[in-house]
Amino acid sequence: MRNCSLLSAIGLTIAVAAGAAAPTLADDAAPVQITLKDHKFDPAETTVAAGKPIVIQLANQDATPAEFESKELRVEKVVAGGGSITVKVRALKPGRYRFFDDYHEATTQGFLVAQ
Amino acid sequence: MIGALIIVFREVIEAGIIVGIVMAVTQGVRGSRLMAGAGVAAGVVGASLVAAFAGVLASALNGVGQELFNASILSLAVCMLAWHNIWMASHGRQLAAEARQLGQEVRSGARSLFALAIVVAVAVMREGSEVALFLYGLVAAGGTTASDLLVGSALGLAAGVAVSAVTYFGLVTIPPRRLFAVTTGLITFLAAGLAAQAANFLQQAGLATAMSDTAWDTSAILSDTSLFGRVLHTLIGYSDQPSVLQVVVYAVTLAAIFALTKAFAPRTITRPPQTPLAQNG
Repeated sequence: MRNCSLLSAIGLTIAVAAGAAAPTLADDAAPVQITLKDHKFDPAETTVAAGKPIVIQLANQDATPAEFESKELRVEKVVAGGGSITVKVRALKPGRYRFFDDYHEATTQGFLVAQ
Repeated sequence: MIGALIIVFREVIEAGIIVGIVMAVTQGVRGSRLMAGAGVAAGVVGASLVAAFAGVLASALNGVGQELFNASILSLAVCMLAWHNIWMASHGRQLAAEARQLGQEVRSGARSLFALAIVVAVAVMREGSEVALFLYGLVAAGGTTASDLLVGSALGLAAGVAVSAVTYFGLVTIPPRRLFAVTTGLITFLAAGLAAQAANFLQQAGLATAMSDTAWDTSAILSDTSLFGRVLHTLIGYSDQPSVLQVVVYAVTLAAIFALTKAFAPRTITRPPQTPLAQNG
């Protein structure tokens, strides 16, 4: 088990180092800005370029936490009340991709349209 | 109330199944109940901390703190499950047959329990932090419906505990000799599924960019958000829209743990039987 812990520690170190280095590989497109307020995404629909990696910046202006989630985009990230998060999304094929707040899935949703 | 019940139940079901499996695996081992309890308790404390510092965690490490944290604890759980399987393969059979009293083996047994306690803690922490945040949101939102929602949440938690119990009692009805093979297989698939989840977090963090295309989309046939889909997601790592990388990581983890477990298993067939009755091990 000692070896195992050591491996995990090494893995974590590499991951952290990579995380620290990652932003230097600048993302070409401007991030998609989305605001969450009164449990509504604004804009509720954003058009992005297909075939390029996307960065989404979500600002939660509600006092309550939310979980930004999308199965199609393969994203799952908690955003604290009043907090903001950055999410990286792979290069998308053209299409309409749904995202939602996992805590209010039925009412709080938005779309990313790749074209 | 139903909404809160469903959300909480959905979050605790994965942890519930994992706790049930771990308890079945360690059933009868001295100290195993304490281990499971300590794992759950550590998980709850960890979940509260993660929830309380969600904002800090999200913005840490240039905004990928949450993903790296999740990927790390999932990898730790995978490692512990693999280690447990390998250890059980090399020592478990004798332990089951003998009285588990020799100092060396008791110590090793305790280490194996410790590994599984970590797995329980990770499972509870992962799912629990989302429940804690959801509950915090309910309380923060206030209003007349908050107590109603809290009742729903409590019922959801109870339902999750019931899943844990069903998993446990379902597994322990399996005859002990078969149970070993069944749980070894279950743990291997469980670990592969967790490894695939860890891979997804690395992709989300932008650290793993290769093989990001969707391998298949079976959401129309079996959604992994349905109850059955979720159970399968936990048990074998089923995902309705995995990336190619997730599939590769899943397959490699599965193959590696199976191979290692086999490699470390004593070759009972080549050993001459001690008594005619002891051959069926």
